[in-house]
Amino acid sequence: MSLDFSLSFAAQIAPTLARGAGVAFVAAIGGFLVALVAGGLLAAMQRSTVRGLSITGRWLMELLRSTPLLIQVYFLFFVLPDWGIVLNPVMTGVVALGLYHGAYVAEAYRAVLDNLPAGQWDAADSLRFSRYQSYRYLMFPQLVLPLTPALGNTFITMLKDTPILAAVSVPELMFAANDVGAQSFRYVEPITLAALAYLFMSGVAALVVLLLRNWIKGRYQ
Amino acid sequence: MEVVWAYRFEFLSGLWWTVQLSALSALLAMVLAIIAGVARSSRSRWLSVPATVYVEFFRGTSALAQLFWLFYVLPYLGMDLTPFQCGVLGLGLCFSAYGAEVVRMCIEAVPKGQLDAAAALNFNRAQTLIVVVLPEALIMMMPLFNNLLIELIKATSLVSLITIPDLAFQAKSIISKTYQSGVVLLVTLVMYLLVSLLVSSSMRKLERVLSRGRRIRNGP
Amino acid sequence: MTEMISFEKVSKRFGATVVLDEFSFTLKRGDKVAIIGPSGSGKSTLLRIMMALEGIDSGKVSLNGETLWHASGGKNLIAPSRKHLRHMRTHVGMVFQNFNLFPNLTALANVATAPHLVLGLPRKEAEARARRLLEQVGLGDKLSNYPAALSGGQQQRVAIARAMALEPKIMLFDEATSALDPERVGEVLEVMRALAHERDLTIVVVTHQIGVARAIADRICFMENGKILEQGVPAAILDRPQNDRTRAFLRAVHPG
Repeated sequence: MSLDFSLSFAAQIAPTLARGAGVAFVAAIGGFLVALVAGGLLAAMQRSTVRGLSITGRWLMELLRSTPLLIQVYFLFFVLPDWGIVLNPVMTGVVALGLYHGAYVAEAYRAVLDNLPAGQWDAADSLRFSRYQSYRYLMFPQLVLPLTPALGNTFITMLKDTPILAAVSVPELMFAANDVGAQSFRYVEPITLAALAYLFMSGVAALVVLLLRNWIKGRYQ
Repeated sequence: MEVVWAYRFEFLSGLWWTVQLSALSALLAMVLAIIAGVARSSRSRWLSVPATVYVEFFRGTSALAQLFWLFYVLPYLGMDLTPFQCGVLGLGLCFSAYGAEVVRMCIEAVPKGQLDAAAALNFNRAQTLIVVVLPEALIMMMPLFNNLLIELIKATSLVSLITIPDLAFQAKSIISKTYQSGVVLLVTLVMYLLVSLLVSSSMRKLERVLSRGRRIRNGP
Repeated sequence: MTEMISFEKVSKRFGATVVLDEFSFTLKRGDKVAIIGPSGSGKSTLLRIMMALEGIDSGKVSLNGETLWHASGGKNLIAPSRKHLRHMRTHVGMVFQNFNLFPNLTALANVATAPHLVLGLPRKEAEARARRLLEQVGLGDKLSNYPAALSGGQQQRVAIARAMALEPKIMLFDEATSALDPERVGEVLEVMRALAHERDLTIVVVTHQIGVARAIADRICFMENGKILEQGVPAAILDRPQNDRTRAFLRAVHPG
């Protein structure tokens, strides 16, 4: 067999692949939003004064971070229906991505919160701001900039994790590429295109994160 | 739970494949990472530019995409690799890129004073690297490599999608045979968790051994 | 009853270290007190207790006639709920050694936000009050500057304006000039001196800079190891100290 990259075939399958890339992108965004929330919950659990909550939080984090995303996806896909929760594959993927990366986001939240100078809290308390007011008006703006690299990386990694969802037949990019290959018996074009597409997407995402970071710097400082 | 016992052979066999795969690809990744990392922090453009391209390429693409490419496309190039070889190569290349970044960061973090001392003693570039820089950098790299190693072990589950019968593959096939997804997956998760914890604690011990004599002791 | 601050046999320890040792102390409304002493003498902890940022192990602390802390043998006799503490903080304002300005807010916003959010003043009114206070401390032209663009002396003046914006009856200064370059101390001292002219304002200044104590206070206390060793009018303490430890400290620190 010889390497035979047909540009015309590549052009032919591009739209199919593009659709898959779109699904991947949407799944990554959904997963990202879930991760932001899940991370917040996990971080709050770990900081909680209720012992049960903080211990559960820590074990959940350990579980989410030490086990493969693929197995977690399988778990949600196969076990949730048994518990009466039926989600379509894309939703399952979004939740799985969100929980898995939520653990990393929780770590980022923790690191950033711990790095806030203690003096800021002294000042806020001495001026009698409520907890909520302190977080919302005083602390949060200070936390946004340091969080951008971690959150940006999370999103990019999530994009690159989307092909795992192909295992539960989410019609994303890799799934589409495989499909094309299986039907046409030409694997070279679709898989190469797909690999390059991931490179392109993560490059664009990295650029966006950089621009966002500069915008935030300009706005909050 | 009887399911687990009944399929214990499959679980253990899958675990063995996972361990083998992890060990070999980790080895490959480490070797390539050191080469690429040193090349990246080299002053010579001939070394640093190709290394940068290599690192950025493998960091920017998805691991699974790389595995699929090796599995499906390489045969067309005349290279007939077994799925296992694809797995080792794919994971090794992918993680070598992340590892190279770690190596580069740690090389650059070596205190400049040490480089000055080496220069004053007339070490050439190679000697400086081997005697002064790498030992320092190696200690800093340990905790970061620990994290990468855990990531690698988790990533081995991807090879189940290119027909390697690792732990994830076994889990999936047992589910399709018994429909007892909950228990099977829980056991699988626990097995991966245990492997992670074992690896982490070993790495920590290794780190302690390597930094023997360098710790600041709480003296009188 | 003009007793503004009262400490009755207050003890506090951090782990094995005793920071305050049966400490007793009263201030009347309008008193201006400077507390001097070596580091580790418990001076800063004293202020933090008054600001309800730290608790006590035993004794009783009252502000403006109300009990802030009351404890015995390490147990609190008055529940230090967040509500209670926040209520007690209405009497007190504090200026910190490291300024602690909010880095993402302009000078105007730093001063105006608390009156707006905590006192509930409408935004326009809060900003008017902030503007007035900033002009009083000589920063009327720096309203829209961020802390990063202000010098240490300017930042501390903003911090003073910020604390005064809530109109406290007691102002605490915790080594307010210690983190400033010598050239900058003057501009902050000016502001503190102006505050010292307000008859009804009770001021407690913790410092190791004798010049500050001399400029502000009508009473000076020398503290060491969690106890007051000597107190009196500035002239008495600084020029004719009775206690050996006070003498040793003043000698070591050099006037000014």
